[in-house]
Amino acid sequence: MTTINIDGSDYEVAAGENLLKAALSHHQDLPYFCWHPSLGSVGACRQCAVVQYQNPEDTRGRLVMACMTPVVDGMRVSVKAPNAVGFRAGVIEWLMENHPHDCPVCEEGGECHLQDMTVMTGHTSRRYRGQKRTFENQYLGPFLNHEMNRCITCYRCVRYYRDYAGGTDLQALGSRDRMYFGRFEDGVLDNIFAGNLVEVCPTGVFTDKPFSRTYTRKWDLQSAPSVCQGCSAGCNIFASERYGKLKRVHNRYHKDINGYFLCDRGRFGSSFVNSDLRLRQAGVRIEADLFQQVSIEAATQHLRDLADSGDVVGIGSPRASLEDNFALMSLVGEANFSCGMNDVEAAMMDQIFDLYAKTPDAVATITALERADVTLVFGDDPMNAAPRVALAIRQAARNVHFDMAVQAGVPTWQDAGVRGHAQHALSPLYIATPLPTGLDDVARQTSHAAPADLAVLGLQIADQIASPPSDDAEGFVANIARDLLAAQHPTCVCGTASAEPAVMQAFAAIITALIKAGRKPQMLCTSAEVNSFGVRRFAGLSLQGALDRMQQGSNAMVLQNDLYRREIPAMVSAALAGAGRVLVLDSFETATANAADIVLPVTTYAEHTGTVVNCEGRAQRAYQVFEAEGQDIQPAWRWLSDFEHIDDVLHACAALPAFEGLEAVSPEAGYRTATNSRVPRATHRFSGRTAATAHVSVHEPKTSVDTDTPFSFSMEGENTGQAGALIPYVWSPGWNSNQSLFKFQQEVGGSLTGGEPGVRLGFAPSKSSADGSASSRTKPATGEVNLIPHPQTFGSDELSSLVGAIVERCAPPTLWLNPDDARALGLSSRDGATWPDAKTTYLVQLSDQVTPGNALASVGVGTGQSVLPRDAVTLIKDSAFTPPPDLIARG
Amino acid sequence: MTTTIFIARDSTAIAVGADGIAAQISAQCDQNQHPVQIARPGSRGMYWAEPLVEVEINGVRHGFGPVTSDAVAGLCDLICPLDRAPIDPKVFKQHPLYLGDLSHHAYLAAQQRLLFARAGLIDALDLTQYERLGGLRGLRRALASNSQSIIDQITESGLRGRGGAAFPAGIKLKAAAEAEGVNKYIVCNADEGDSGTFADRLLMEADPFQIIEGMLIAALATGATRGYVYLRSEYPLTASLFGQALVLAREHGLLGPSIYGSSHSFDIELRIGAGAYICGEETSLLESIEGRRPEVRSKPPLPVHHGLFNSPTVINNVLTLASMTSIMAEGAQAYHDLGAGTSRGTQPFQLAGNIRFGGVVEVPFGVSLRTLIEEFGGGTASGRPIKAVQTGGPLGKYLGVRQLDVPMTYEDLASAGGLLGHGGIVVFDDSVDMAQQARFAMAFCAAESCGKCTPCRIGSVRGVEILDRIKTGKNLEKEIKLLDELCVTMTDASLCAMGSMTPNPVLSALTIGPEDFGLPAGSRHPTES
Ligand SMILES: Cc1cc2nc3c(=O)[nH]c(=O)nc-3n(C[C@H](O)[C@H](O)[C@H](O)COP(=O)(O)O)c2cc1C
Ligand code: SF4
Ligand code: SF4
Ligand code: SF4
Ligand code: FES
Repeated sequence: MTTINIDGSDYEVAAGENLLKAALSHHQDLPYFCWHPSLGSVGACRQCAVVQYQNPEDTRGRLVMACMTPVVDGMRVSVKAPNAVGFRAGVIEWLMENHPHDCPVCEEGGECHLQDMTVMTGHTSRRYRGQKRTFENQYLGPFLNHEMNRCITCYRCVRYYRDYAGGTDLQALGSRDRMYFGRFEDGVLDNIFAGNLVEVCPTGVFTDKPFSRTYTRKWDLQSAPSVCQGCSAGCNIFASERYGKLKRVHNRYHKDINGYFLCDRGRFGSSFVNSDLRLRQAGVRIEADLFQQVSIEAATQHLRDLADSGDVVGIGSPRASLEDNFALMSLVGEANFSCGMNDVEAAMMDQIFDLYAKTPDAVATITALERADVTLVFGDDPMNAAPRVALAIRQAARNVHFDMAVQAGVPTWQDAGVRGHAQHALSPLYIATPLPTGLDDVARQTSHAAPADLAVLGLQIADQIASPPSDDAEGFVANIARDLLAAQHPTCVCGTASAEPAVMQAFAAIITALIKAGRKPQMLCTSAEVNSFGVRRFAGLSLQGALDRMQQGSNAMVLQNDLYRREIPAMVSAALAGAGRVLVLDSFETATANAADIVLPVTTYAEHTGTVVNCEGRAQRAYQVFEAEGQDIQPAWRWLSDFEHIDDVLHACAALPAFEGLEAVSPEAGYRTATNSRVPRATHRFSGRTAATAHVSVHEPKTSVDTDTPFSFSMEGENTGQAGALIPYVWSPGWNSNQSLFKFQQEVGGSLTGGEPGVRLGFAPSKSSADGSASSRTKPATGEVNLIPHPQTFGSDELSSLVGAIVERCAPPTLWLNPDDARALGLSSRDGATWPDAKTTYLVQLSDQVTPGNALASVGVGTGQSVLPRDAVTLIKDSAFTPPPDLIARG
Repeated sequence: MTTTIFIARDSTAIAVGADGIAAQISAQCDQNQHPVQIARPGSRGMYWAEPLVEVEINGVRHGFGPVTSDAVAGLCDLICPLDRAPIDPKVFKQHPLYLGDLSHHAYLAAQQRLLFARAGLIDALDLTQYERLGGLRGLRRALASNSQSIIDQITESGLRGRGGAAFPAGIKLKAAAEAEGVNKYIVCNADEGDSGTFADRLLMEADPFQIIEGMLIAALATGATRGYVYLRSEYPLTASLFGQALVLAREHGLLGPSIYGSSHSFDIELRIGAGAYICGEETSLLESIEGRRPEVRSKPPLPVHHGLFNSPTVINNVLTLASMTSIMAEGAQAYHDLGAGTSRGTQPFQLAGNIRFGGVVEVPFGVSLRTLIEEFGGGTASGRPIKAVQTGGPLGKYLGVRQLDVPMTYEDLASAGGLLGHGGIVVFDDSVDMAQQARFAMAFCAAESCGKCTPCRIGSVRGVEILDRIKTGKNLEKEIKLLDELCVTMTDASLCAMGSMTPNPVLSALTIGPEDFGLPAGSRHPTES
């Protein structure tokens, strides 16, 4: 620790830090633009000037840029010195000269860092009377607007997009006073983390396009702390509503998970809540495809009858909360309950549980992945499975930069210096996946092979770790083994997306070998859905077992689960046809719901409070944001149980051994802040409360009292000093933008003042011990291929695929083939191909990275259909197929 | 007997018609059936006399200049008379353009040329001639000694960087020699962006092997194996000549895997600049060579430790590197004997602007600005009194007439508020509008700013606007105050010298010519600028 003096007061700050970060960590109001907690300092904007004094006698001092000045013990600076204040006002005046008078029509208005800094520096009147520079804007795809006139040339966007997220198609173009930040021509921004530009850009250049279509000011939004439903990473989000619609999602900082950034699937896919396919009434089927609406009471009676029938299976869901799953399991009984994953995925989850249970210290947090000095990505592409995890891995590839910087005497926060110095140096990252990944550009070596072959490779790696290769041994396996053994923080990432248990088996062997060799590896395993790691804790039937029972005539209750996405369609249809009565509780019309006898509408994550468990085993609460529209919609646990409050469900669930410690996930409904207040969902400037429902009734309704959480459905309460899990939005006097976050942190980039949200649960070995031997898949005969599922970032996930903007970003259903196989099958690139029970035709893409004899098919996209690993599938050419326009060829 | 006629192949000479004059003379000689050989060496740097035609008779080169195309016929009667009539140098005197035996011409004789000793005398692409006039002696000595003693020689000579910052050359070599790195680089900064400067170009066109030799010496001192010459894009002729020189040097074993049979390997690549002033700043230049936007790098790390492609890199101006040849050839002491104070050796001053005898004047440091302008330069071309002199390029201050006696050393000029920079001297007579010059400085910055930092990027644009408003005379006091504020901010807070030094010419213009801004004469005290 170092002591510095700011305007006469002493502060303890972290040694070696830059002065700006140190001052902000003490919650000082010091304006800045180009600095960003995750991007470091470049000293471009010159907004953060302060006066530094040389010695006690020095009264004049010298202007320095706080973000570029290292703190040294005993240093004396002034933020308030008149020349510093005057200088900062001068800089903002310049920046504002070119800035349009856009605030009233700008989506950033009301949460704009530029507005905040302008007010903070006291620049209140415009002296400039000349011309402003203007630009043409670009079409950047379905997610982002582009309004270049608002740019203040802080370079944050390109630094984030290129340097941090690894994008290549956004550049700083032009020079002098005509710097332009955009693409070389109009087109979709390619990087799947582009949406963060909304929050990274301190002005309104990059704004959320879907949000701006039905725009609401930040101060008019009702928000709650929530958890992204896009994958098993469990990124923390602020979800915001107005007029019964989920308007937008912003990043909610979590030190160990998502830090400052989300992926685009999460940011733009979370508004599935507003889907036209929402179910809003309970219904009973009277004939094929025709349901009759029934009352809540009648619907509840149907449910009771089924529960009492004595022969009912319950199928839960990895996309439903713990509470909802628990309520179903309690109703039907453990022996009749299935967690709703297909058996391959369930087996792989069990393998993960076994591995996590055996080596609990090795389970990494997501941001811990950023600290790896050697990383192995094994089995599947995290860019598809859990994108935020991939962004963390990308940062690890840069770690060597910081080591080099320290050696060269460059402060690690000095971004330009660090990058200029390290140039193209990269920490070792090895990738072994079926197809090239979005991280291959920063990988030292890659190997792409079919999952079964990857499993063999993984066992070889484990062997070589056990008996280390000689120093001059070359090759992929030897390099990985050697580097992992030599690393300080050897880190390995795997997932269930390969749908090949042998892959997970090999991964476990690698981790075990590292531990045996005395190393302290870090690892993380991802899965596809938000609560896979929660629901798999409930024991019970396999999905296959449940479907078998249905086919034999059992009744069934299916919770938020489209079975057609899980299993082979013919098998699902047979089960639904054979079953007695089938009751589906879901938020959306799905193929399964359409085949049910009774359908009950349930709330989504935004309309109820629920707990989910992410891939690190962290239970987290997503709080209700707003009340669902439609009187019949209820949380599933309310349909399924007699519990009065969500906390009661949670307590009951926490009594199960698999959920020990779950109560600590979040403060209970009775929690109040230091001033004995609730935490408000609405901002204190929330407007139009009396008119918001005037189209229904001119009488102002009484605000609902929330009996389930510590939040109010109004602006009453206090959004400060509360537990870290209860921050509904960030705001602090003078700081209206998301930059106000630092006022909620103990130090910039550190823990939240109110503590980290969520609780990490332990892991117990699974009861069903998965088969350990690597499955050997038969070499297919000519004309056949082995089918391998290949999930996509956009389109494979069920929920986000309900959002139009996400659908625009989906690639067509695609089948990747080795050119040799394609030739043998009479298929060429951009042909259409299908197989007997496929629901659609797939676009053929050739890649010599595909192991011969295999075909990878994108999962879900466009069809909602499962793709399961299957041997010896006959591919059929679809001659009627017209390929969609080839964007790449055109570019 | 064939007569040899010399006409410079030099960008400036060609710009004022040297190619045309050469063609005309050649045609006329054919007509006169006088066998001549027209040689195209580099220029001697007497630009006021270009196109300069030299005719060699009995080893003496008689000069005529500046030769216009109207004058060619008359000149040919003297230098290549009809039917091989004998040439009589005595009648030359009667010719109005006759300059006499050039080796005794006062403009050259009063100079002490080390760098430019061969300029204009030899064929730029003839390595034998280069060697005959003293070339390669320095390299041979360097090859015969070791890294440490080369560094010692350069350090003892007192050589400082000629690109602007005047950093001691020996210290840079030493740091790079000691730095660890598999590859080390020598980068020659030939971006020559300063207004009124042309010495780099002139030397590269007239004596390219000297630069190659200098880079080789620096390579031997540091252990570098690869060099880059970063050449201003506006110099196509230089690129062509220097490129040919590199080919010849390779053919003669001067560059390549084994320099003159030694164990040292070194090769040089010529890079054409990206065409912005900021590319001359050393770290931007490195960015540019690496293929990126020329944005200034932050230091540390210094280029000597982590420069080009992250390797130890010596980056020096053309003249700095070339100076190493004579230091190695003649010894450090001989070099150190020249100059004054901590400014040792010679400096090629470049006289430009409103000056009668513009050109390169290479003399030891310490000569007064007045001597350069009046004795070498012959005062203004217009004959009117001098009002201002800008030294050190577009970011240097304007000096007034009262400052003309300043000795030209780094220290003396700095204490007069000026900048020696690359040795450019641009002269203005009393018809100059200093407000216009101030505007030019701001406009230059606005056009050349890399766009990275706010004060330079926006401040310069606002500066131009303020100066335009000042011209209207409205709200003068307020506008001048605004200009002062703006200049303080630009100086204090720009990321690099481009933005932080632009106020130099602006404020000094205000001091020297307040009346041009509509202020009473003498109203600005020099200390205000
Ligand atoms: C804006 C700017 C432009 C510059 N342009 C040149 C140039 O054109 N040529 C040059 O040799 N040095 C130029 N310099 C100086 C170089 O940064 C650097 O100091 C020089 O190349 C070092 O070589 P030296 O030690 O031999 O002087 C420039 C500096 C700045 C700040
Ligand atoms: S677009 Fe935004 S982030 Fe990018 S430079 Fe402009 S203001 Fe900064
Ligand atoms: S990585 Fe996963 S949890 Fe995070 S924002 Fe993306 S989809 Fe949501
Ligand atoms: S002062 Fe700033 S904008 Fe100007 S050239 Fe230097 S870095 Fe670029
Ligand atoms: S924040 Fe310090 S210069 Fe931009």
